[in-house]
Amino acid sequence: MSPQKRVKNVQAQNRTSQGSSSFQTTLSAWKVKQDPSNSKNISKHGQNNPVGDYEHADDQAEEDALQMAVGYFEKGPIKASQNKDKTLEKHLKTVENVAWKNGLASEEIDILLNIALSGKFGNAVNTRILKCMIPATVISEDSVVKAVSWLCVGKCSGSTKVLFYRWLVAMFDFIDRKEQINLLYGFFFASLQDDALCPYVCHLLYLLTKKENVKPFRVRKLLDLQAKMGMQPHLQALLSLYKFFAPALISVSLPVRKKIYFKNSENLWKTALLAVKQRNRGPSPEPLKLMLGPANVRPLKRKWNSLSVIPVLNSSSYTKECGKKEMSLSDCLNRSGSFPLEQLQSFPQLLQNIHCLELPSQMGSVLNNSLLLHYINCVRDEPVLLRFYYWLSQTLQEECIWYKVNNYEHGKEFTNFLDTIIRAECFLQEGFYSCEAFLYKSLPLWDGLCCRSQFLQLVSWIPFSSFSEVKPLLFDHLAQLFFTSTIYFKCSVLQSLKELLQNWLLWLSMDIHMKPVTNSPLETTLGGSMNSVSKLIHYVGWLSTTAMRLESNNTFLLHFILDFYEKVCDIYINYNLPLVVLFPPGIFYSALLSLDTSILNQLCFIMHRYRKNLTAAKKNELVQKTKSEFNFSSKTYQEFNHYLTSMVGCLWTSKPFGKGIYIDPEILEKTGVAEYKNSLNVVHHPSFLSYAVSFLLQGKKWSWYLDYLFSQGLQGLKLFIRSSVHHSSIPRAEGINCNNQY
Amino acid sequence: MDSYSAPESTPSASSRPEDYFIGATPLQKRLESVRKQSSFILTPPRRKIPQCSQLQEDVDPQKVAFLLHKQWTLYSLTPLYKFSYSNLKEYSRLLNAFIVAEKQKGLAVEVGEDFNIKIVSKSQLPSENREGKVLWTGWFCCVFGDSLLETVSEDFTCLPLFLANGAESNTAIIGTWFQKTFDCYFSPLAINAFNLSWMAAMWTACKMDHYVATTEFLWSVPCSPQSLDISFAIHPEDAKALWDSVHKTPGEVTQEEVDLFMDCLYSHFHRHFKIHLSATRLVRVSTSVASAHTDGKIKILCHKYLIGVLAYLTELAIFQIE
Repeated sequence: MSPQKRVKNVQAQNRTSQGSSSFQTTLSAWKVKQDPSNSKNISKHGQNNPVGDYEHADDQAEEDALQMAVGYFEKGPIKASQNKDKTLEKHLKTVENVAWKNGLASEEIDILLNIALSGKFGNAVNTRILKCMIPATVISEDSVVKAVSWLCVGKCSGSTKVLFYRWLVAMFDFIDRKEQINLLYGFFFASLQDDALCPYVCHLLYLLTKKENVKPFRVRKLLDLQAKMGMQPHLQALLSLYKFFAPALISVSLPVRKKIYFKNSENLWKTALLAVKQRNRGPSPEPLKLMLGPANVRPLKRKWNSLSVIPVLNSSSYTKECGKKEMSLSDCLNRSGSFPLEQLQSFPQLLQNIHCLELPSQMGSVLNNSLLLHYINCVRDEPVLLRFYYWLSQTLQEECIWYKVNNYEHGKEFTNFLDTIIRAECFLQEGFYSCEAFLYKSLPLWDGLCCRSQFLQLVSWIPFSSFSEVKPLLFDHLAQLFFTSTIYFKCSVLQSLKELLQNWLLWLSMDIHMKPVTNSPLETTLGGSMNSVSKLIHYVGWLSTTAMRLESNNTFLLHFILDFYEKVCDIYINYNLPLVVLFPPGIFYSALLSLDTSILNQLCFIMHRYRKNLTAAKKNELVQKTKSEFNFSSKTYQEFNHYLTSMVGCLWTSKPFGKGIYIDPEILEKTGVAEYKNSLNVVHHPSFLSYAVSFLLQGKKWSWYLDYLFSQGLQGLKLFIRSSVHHSSIPRAEGINCNNQY
Repeated sequence: MDSYSAPESTPSASSRPEDYFIGATPLQKRLESVRKQSSFILTPPRRKIPQCSQLQEDVDPQKVAFLLHKQWTLYSLTPLYKFSYSNLKEYSRLLNAFIVAEKQKGLAVEVGEDFNIKIVSKSQLPSENREGKVLWTGWFCCVFGDSLLETVSEDFTCLPLFLANGAESNTAIIGTWFQKTFDCYFSPLAINAFNLSWMAAMWTACKMDHYVATTEFLWSVPCSPQSLDISFAIHPEDAKALWDSVHKTPGEVTQEEVDLFMDCLYSHFHRHFKIHLSATRLVRVSTSVASAHTDGKIKILCHKYLIGVLAYLTELAIFQIE
């Protein structure tokens, strides 16, 4: 995070609105979605969605329907009713829809869970109800305790019981408290007897067990069970947990490292669980997160740091605890002056309190909070940035799955983490140094497959720096993968390099207008910066040329290459930076001789834009009349004119192999093509041939041919011909005067 | 594949790469050092042979006795934010409260003067001795960590190496508290085979009055269903003799010497057992100075070279957090 950029973030957002980033945030994101003070009541579905009026009305209707459905189930089945089945089906559908869409409030879960286990309805209905017991945010502990009490009555079938235990395991993390449930430990333990329930009860106990639950008689019982049923993975899991808590009690040896102990109980609710987590992850601290925080460290957890990778947002814990214990008057006064993070809801609030904001105890937690991201983006406080840097660097290193063998099961988590980082980078419109450092270390070890999309996005957010310094650390490694991987990988790399170029250009274009900034992180001249950008472009040119050869001039690849040059050709005008770099011949001629119309069209457009940029530059040079270090050398103009001549020679004047591409006439004779001169003009060029044929079939006059082509959507061709071909009796290429005056 | 060469750049630019990072912020400096580090894949190719230094002699043997002959699990640690040596008492109290909150009853925390932490069981039985049994010990350390100190501003305290002895659940609780309180980050510090070879060479090179343990290497062969371990024990004096034969530069160990030393061992082993150890993975090295396992476990045996061992471990920890 460079201090220089921070000030200009607002402009950055406006400027880049044309950027392709899908995470682009609008200013409305400043408003934090959720109010933590009433997050207990927030569980009413749909409330945390800022929706329009129309949708709001929809929600209202939905809620009414749900209330009716719940009421219906509460009353129990009406025996006499004729359309009993229909009504039941309707209400069930309502509940299912709401549950899967927004989740149910804890009160609703309480009621429905009671119904499902009380056996009022049939087995099938109970199953369906249980399956949709998806919380909006949390499940109250009381509901679970009540539900468990139904298990003792014996009103529900074995399969319902199994489903209930599976549900309990899946939703375990969303239960608001667990003290009461832990008191039922003995009951659950007794249920191990039931063979059908045993695996699920084991899993529940595994989650529930505390040290004080481990008793000799329970150990004996477990060992008995194991003797009876053989080495079952779920029993082993529980035993190993017991052994962890009380090594003295268990002398049997257990297999050391077993990866999967339990069948995935939650797979029924996998998507729903993700949705609940998403809902709960709101940017402000909410009860669930606090409950799941690092406070309750679980044994055998892979990392003891915390349950989620990103720490929970908390104001400085040290000061807080000091305040609690022995708060002197002055302490109290000091504290009243600061603004606690928990109350931070909106951007205006941030602005008002920016001078007295209490910072989080763990800086990593800002990653989930857009308001604080704004804050760390504009503070000039080095320690804040350093704390974030250390945290992010280490976390990336710890989480990176290809650092460690057999760590691939956490791939999903790592991918999500990278996504969060990339979202934050897009939000701030700037890359983190930690990510760059991480790329240096991890790219040489990367297989090119794992988290590909995330990894390449990280590449595109590398902060602007000297290309020659970064090249051996990054791009050389990337090139190795590039050349040895599939065409799709090549295209993705080119895409991310295009985004990298765009990010650098935006950064630099702002940098120039805001020049008198002290404390600039890159004390560099404009020339140096331009040099670095031009090296990047040449490097991509080299990659592209070689890739074209490797992939035998693949059209798909060429599209991505030309996309890159669409950015390149407009640097002077779009970003107001003194740089024009042309494409290498390998790309230009491949595109010119392509069989694909859209490629040729794109080439025409790029040539047109190059022309615009070069003429604009020329005009400026003439106006300024002074020698500037940024006047383009005549070589650039010559190069452009050379390309232009070739192009007009091929497409328009039917003199293809004279000035531009020179081929010895003798060789041309040998090919035996009689009319080679015409064969590349707008009519005969392989990529236009189909247009020419269908034009002829319509029986129109030749003078309308160009209009016909333009009407077919070939805008690039239109712009090119309008600007570069001089309409006169003797058509010729309209080059740019390259006699440099200086 | 033709080599990449940038054509003469279009605008005539006057800057050189070194213009880029003048007057850099601490963050920039950090990135710079990461870049430097990543450019050389190997850590510095020469190191000093641990000497019994002046610093070492100032250390009271009684004070460091508790560090020896115990197995420590290594962690690397990012700089602590707003940590102060004058508040150790207060930290002790808070940490105590935290542990109580974690329901580990009957334990007490002691934060020693030198910032080592002990968890002591408060025995309820009067017959047991009054002292209480030490269940868990952890200590922070930074020996010659200058490269890191350079780039760290005054709000941070650099103690990049953390060593723990005792149940991991306790390490977890205490580590969590530190992470929350000082915004630092603990990562397990593994020692790869490359660094184990360095340890083997440096520790073999140490002058010893008498050897307390044989020099032993453990290699692991990854084969299924069960991995195969190959242990190779050498009389410490033989190991020293071998080292002296490959050692050229006085007082220093170089990469070539380390490689040569290991190669000699490999070829000796191959001559007898026809097994190429170089194709396996070195997982443990034990000498009379110390022993280290690739999992990041270390046991220091010799008081005399304590500082030298810790200096190298600090270097590894710094490498991990850079």
